[in-house]
Amino acid sequence: MAVGKEIKNKIESVESTQKITSAMQMVATSRMRRTQDRMRHGRPYAEKIRQVIGHLANANPEYRHTYMQERESVTRIGYLVVSTDRGLCGGLNVNLFRTLLKDIGEWHAKGVESELGLIGNKAISFFRSIGGNVRATVSDVGEQPALADLIGGIKVMLDAFTDGEIDRLYIISNDFVNTMTQKPVIRQLLPLNPEQNDDYGHRWDYIYEPDAQQLIEGLVTRFIESQVYQAVIENTACEQAAKMIAMKNATENAEKLIEELSLIYNNARQAAITQEISEIVGGAAAV
Amino acid sequence: MAMTIHCDIVSAEEEIFSGRVTMVSATGTIGELGIMPGHAPLLTGIRPGPVKLTMDGGEEEVFFASGGYLEVQPGVVTVLADTALRAEDIDEAAALEAQQSAERMLSEQTAEIEFSAAAAALAEAMARQRTLAELKKRRR
Repeated sequence: MAVGKEIKNKIESVESTQKITSAMQMVATSRMRRTQDRMRHGRPYAEKIRQVIGHLANANPEYRHTYMQERESVTRIGYLVVSTDRGLCGGLNVNLFRTLLKDIGEWHAKGVESELGLIGNKAISFFRSIGGNVRATVSDVGEQPALADLIGGIKVMLDAFTDGEIDRLYIISNDFVNTMTQKPVIRQLLPLNPEQNDDYGHRWDYIYEPDAQQLIEGLVTRFIESQVYQAVIENTACEQAAKMIAMKNATENAEKLIEELSLIYNNARQAAITQEISEIVGGAAAV
Repeated sequence: MAMTIHCDIVSAEEEIFSGRVTMVSATGTIGELGIMPGHAPLLTGIRPGPVKLTMDGGEEEVFFASGGYLEVQPGVVTVLADTALRAEDIDEAAALEAQQSAERMLSEQTAEIEFSAAAAALAEAMARQRTLAELKKRRR
């Protein structure tokens, strides 16, 4: 029957879309587990090194690294923006960018300019369209990010800090709260901020072996790398979780749409049948 | 009860150990270290080698760390290892194989860069062997 051909076509197209979204949901679910494992394994190290660095910033070493010196006036700040490479993950990136723009706006009101180091394709295309002082970009970090891929982008921002072109460096990325919730967080990377609860009330310092400068330099570099790496890892876990939820919603919406369209189709079909019968009956009566 | 200090060993991949111990021994960049409760704040690099923990009851546990950093705070010792393993997990055959291949590389080396890479590999392989030897001594 030729009735409701358009509706039937529509239903078919929604069904094939639904197949794709549900497949993507399943892929995201399995990837999410892997990325979460990776994130969890990396967390203790990142937390411990943050503590050690916190202690170090509290100590009074004879050698003070550039990264440990708080600058008197802040005129330019830098952000490392960790975003995803691909879309279809709900509001994950949009929320992140909104938080970032708000922060930039607040600094701007105080007369502080911002520089950006972007990680992930989404941030790159976003800031290409709205503009901004982009210093470095790292794209296609993939699902299993390698530190080697990130180092270039990190170095550009660190050099900018060392050269005094930026006075502070922040990193903004999504924190994985749980599968349903991801929260954009801004953390200060440089200068290193001291840990608040100090066991000592007086001036103290470590014993350094072999010497302070070499040791602190190595440790600080390791710290920055581990923080950025952990942020990227955590962001991929967020991406997969957000993608899973987004695809789940899309699949459910498709289901709803199919139901509605089927109803319309059946109505149309019945109407057509009724009309045909009444035509036949009408015709028979006329004869 | 003996005095104890909290010790955390973490590697880039995972948390290896967290608990109270009476002594931590490790190989620092300038020599062997033995850390007991009340040690002054210390920050040092560590070389590939065994990290030995003495528990409250006198039992000992050995880990292998392939370099990293060690921090001593008043109540806590933190070992930030590049990679760390429980010594029991080191495969003896694989460790020996690694050492032999590193020695081979070293004897066949040509370029400068290869030499330093081979030397580093050999140092790590030997550190693994040392950890294993430590472990065997304990079992006896």
